[in-house]
Amino acid sequence: MQLSVRTRFLLWAYAALVLIFLVGPLFVVVPVSFSANEFAEFPPVSYSTQWYGSYFHDPTWRDATIRSVKLGLTVTFVSLLCGGGVALALARFRIPFRGLIRVLAMTPLIVPTIIVALAVYSQYVDFHLVGSFWGLVAAHTILALPYVVLLLTNGLQQIDEVYEEASSVMGAGRLTTLRRVVLPMLAPSFVAAAVFAFVTSWDEVVMVLFLGGRMTTLPLKMFTYLQTGVTPTIAAVSTMLIALVMVLFIASTAWTRFRRTA
Amino acid sequence: MSMTVSAGGSATPDPKTVTVENVSHRYKDVVAVDDVSVSIEPGEFMTLLGASGSGKTTLLRIIAGLTLPSAGRVHIGDRDVTMLPPQRRGVGMVFQNYALFPHMSVEENVAYPLLVRRVKKAEIARRVDDALARVNLGQMKQRRPSALSGGQQQRVAVARALVYEPSVILLDEPLGALDRQLRRHMQVELRELQRQLETTCILVTHDQEEALTMSDRVAVMNHGKILQLDTPTNLYLYPADEFVATFIGDTNLFQGTLGPHDTALLVNGDPDFEIPLDRATGAAGRAVVGVRHEFVRVGRNAEINDRSCNVRTTLEDIRFLGSLVELSLRTSGGVAITARVSLADSNKHSVGEEVLVGWRLADQTLHISE
Repeated sequence: MQLSVRTRFLLWAYAALVLIFLVGPLFVVVPVSFSANEFAEFPPVSYSTQWYGSYFHDPTWRDATIRSVKLGLTVTFVSLLCGGGVALALARFRIPFRGLIRVLAMTPLIVPTIIVALAVYSQYVDFHLVGSFWGLVAAHTILALPYVVLLLTNGLQQIDEVYEEASSVMGAGRLTTLRRVVLPMLAPSFVAAAVFAFVTSWDEVVMVLFLGGRMTTLPLKMFTYLQTGVTPTIAAVSTMLIALVMVLFIASTAWTRFRRTA
Repeated sequence: MSMTVSAGGSATPDPKTVTVENVSHRYKDVVAVDDVSVSIEPGEFMTLLGASGSGKTTLLRIIAGLTLPSAGRVHIGDRDVTMLPPQRRGVGMVFQNYALFPHMSVEENVAYPLLVRRVKKAEIARRVDDALARVNLGQMKQRRPSALSGGQQQRVAVARALVYEPSVILLDEPLGALDRQLRRHMQVELRELQRQLETTCILVTHDQEEALTMSDRVAVMNHGKILQLDTPTNLYLYPADEFVATFIGDTNLFQGTLGPHDTALLVNGDPDFEIPLDRATGAAGRAVVGVRHEFVRVGRNAEINDRSCNVRTTLEDIRFLGSLVELSLRTSGGVAITARVSLADSNKHSVGEEVLVGWRLADQTLHISE
């Protein structure tokens, strides 16, 4: 389609505005994190890396980060395992109520987290799971599962079943076919699902607030820290968080591209 | 694996035999395969020929174990494999679009069936090389399937199907995606390979030419049934019914009526057009005489002294086909006849001319429907 210069300029300006709106906070947060002043100010008058230092020297920050990483990785593993099974059943087997199961698997996306958290909390109290690591894993898996199921089901549906048929005719059992044919072909969807599952747990606060007991994760620590005042430490932590998530997404995209061309 | 005793108790059949007994496949109201029985001899090249929806692919998938029949039994050698999953049947298969694994190199693709059989590494390498050499694809080992041409992909698929030396290889329209020239070349090559390996082959195709050139026997299928199972020559010369007659080759079909003692068919629509028969059949009713387009002779060639059928016609159209010329003719009563003659023969006639047409009675087939 051929656009006039004027239309093209307007489109470009519009896109730029949306972009600024979306990534604008970054341009505040990142400079503030390098501020030398004790109060968060923008733009900073002088620069230092002391707030990064204060993060790394404070054991409460470090503990919260380690817990978040552990939680994120465990949630990723568990949700891939469960979601993979659900996706396989939805995409490959003639099971009754397939459509209903599909919709049910998506409900955590629709129901507000706080409601899910309340419901889970009332059950956890009875089972003494409040404040337990695995209780939190289960709760975050609820939130991560819809993404995993959606991505893996779509990924599976795009793989022609003839590959699995060919594999079985050539002598491979179901598990061998899954391991050597389906999973390698599903790898891009798998990586995407893993990233989504990790990030879902990584920046989740509400569930942790309700179910974490005395456990603190990184986002919760930030939340409580913010209530005591806005210091550039928060900006430093945020900057590192943003950097990590960006690295994850860029790495997974780059890897998928690389695979496609290889 | 439990041993099953073969039915009949006769001598143990060759492991390359495939027997299909009263196999049906129904899905809801659709009968894809309708009570089919067929036995494929060891080392035979058998083709299931039919249009789409004739049930030929379903029957092949039932033999492979990819589709469970609703009724009937399948034997490979002396084993009843009806309820066995595909991986325990030990057959080879070439799929319509090859189904080469996109994430594996050519070498890994061909090695796959050996890998899952836990063959030793050194032997895998040797046998993969051997299989790729057989299909003239030795230098492409490291490539991904997507970097190969259609013909090369097809060869990889063949190498992958024969590398584990299955006693039976199933071919599901394996040449369908290739252009005509490559197709004919691969037909010859595949057949040559099959003769060398003496593997039983079952091919599914909708291409009659492919079926006739490649097969020892052809089964013509329609509506889930095998209408005729015979050698290509017999199928062509003696089609069992009207469907086979029209499906294979191009045939004039003359509809008419027949009395029990008649020695000629009265063709519908033209009281002057009678087709003599070799003998009275004893049957009566509606009947059809089939004559292949290329068996119809025109002009002086039509004056056959032997037992023949001759009729006067008007030449209505001449169509150039390349090596042959097709003539449209019509009897005085309006019955259309098509003849396929050489270019030299057609040059003797022009449109509108009156032409004598004839064929040997031995070249016509009679189909009676009660």
